[in-house]
Amino acid sequence: MSKIHVTTTINGDPTEYLCEAEDTLLDVLRDRLGMTGSKEGCGTGDCGACSITVDGRLVCACLMLGAEAEGREIGTIEGMAKGDTLHPLQQKFIEHAALQCGICTPGILVAAKSLLERNPDPTEEEARYWLAGNLCRCTGYDKIIRAVLDAAQDMREAS
Amino acid sequence: MQYLSPNTVEDAVQLLASRTGECRVLAGGTDLLVRLRSGMTEPDSVLDIKRIDELRRITREDGGWRIGAAVPGAEMSENADLVSDWPGVVEAVGLIGSTQIQGRATMAGNLCNASPAADSVPALVAADAVARVAGPDGVRDVAVFDVPDGPGKTSLGRDEFITSIFLPARPARSGDAYLRFIPRTEMDIAVVGCAVSLTLDAAGTCTAARVALGAVGPKVIAVKEAADILTGSIIDAATLDRVAQACSAAANPIDDKRGTADYRKHVAGVLARRATAIAKTRAGGAA
Repeated sequence: MSKIHVTTTINGDPTEYLCEAEDTLLDVLRDRLGMTGSKEGCGTGDCGACSITVDGRLVCACLMLGAEAEGREIGTIEGMAKGDTLHPLQQKFIEHAALQCGICTPGILVAAKSLLERNPDPTEEEARYWLAGNLCRCTGYDKIIRAVLDAAQDMREAS
Repeated sequence: MQYLSPNTVEDAVQLLASRTGECRVLAGGTDLLVRLRSGMTEPDSVLDIKRIDELRRITREDGGWRIGAAVPGAEMSENADLVSDWPGVVEAVGLIGSTQIQGRATMAGNLCNASPAADSVPALVAADAVARVAGPDGVRDVAVFDVPDGPGKTSLGRDEFITSIFLPARPARSGDAYLRFIPRTEMDIAVVGCAVSLTLDAAGTCTAARVALGAVGPKVIAVKEAADILTGSIIDAATLDRVAQACSAAANPIDDKRGTADYRKHVAGVLARRATAIAKTRAGGAA
């Protein structure tokens, strides 16, 4: 079976790859493009560790075929920091110790960024509901939520 | 496996009809990709309908709404006019999975997955929604109630797929609501779901009603007895009691890990009472 040639944009960079029809976009990112920031937790869309954006919308990369990315704009955790400058959310996660093992962190950062783009001033409840699809088995979530709300405040003051 | 991504409904139908092996239609993929990965399904091809522009749109039609089969739940929730006309349907869709799932999952996919616990289906049945089905013989319209046949089974032909779902025009003083019971607050599968859609006259008397239950039978249940009790009533406390009894009686659940049959029958009544009260308030009726 011949491979599928896909032309897409990832974190603003035009990207081409060959994939099998069965490959998920997460398989492509991790195994073909070496972008291992997006994690595979469950592979069934429950844990959110593979959260990315497609045309600006938050999705699980494990629930999308690589072939479906043709012509789309993909955003991953690798596009979050600008060079050595961390995104405010990343900085706040460090300051609040909002991670322990770190497997869920890239997905939560991508999901939180997507939240703040839509709602720069979320309530705690809104943040908790938005992130309900991102599972963390270490922190108990409180530190994550505090980091997100603190980052939101800083970003509002900076803008 | 082959990946097919036609740009028109005609091409999609032609591809479906010309396939010799199994071909699965891919909309949001939130059910299909899980099945692919687990080996529960091993199709020879998948047919992605998201490249068909008309299936990605929410459009006004005859005073109602046509929701393309490739429209994700998030886009429905973001459409304020749609939410205003059919808040119960949009809430039911919005209960399916997380933010990430909402970015992909479609109402048509939820219907075709044919889970007895599908959240959007009771709301669609209460709304008297109609699915548009494309196939080799052209297009046909079928009541959403008639699409699921049982767990994992639909009445669609092998070469057919749903292109859109139509929500009819809302008369003045109409409201709908969907409630589901789960043991937690988010991200779970319904133990029981109940949807109510109704219309009131200027005096507050109910002139039309539809009531549907999910997760308490092999497929969605339309509770005509409850609708008949509501129609002609002013929906007072005594009416709500009778609606609850009718729904408990109509529920035909099994015992499973998510709840016993007796418990589900009881909850069906509780949810029917509450959903009716919400639908009534949304229709402008006195609380």
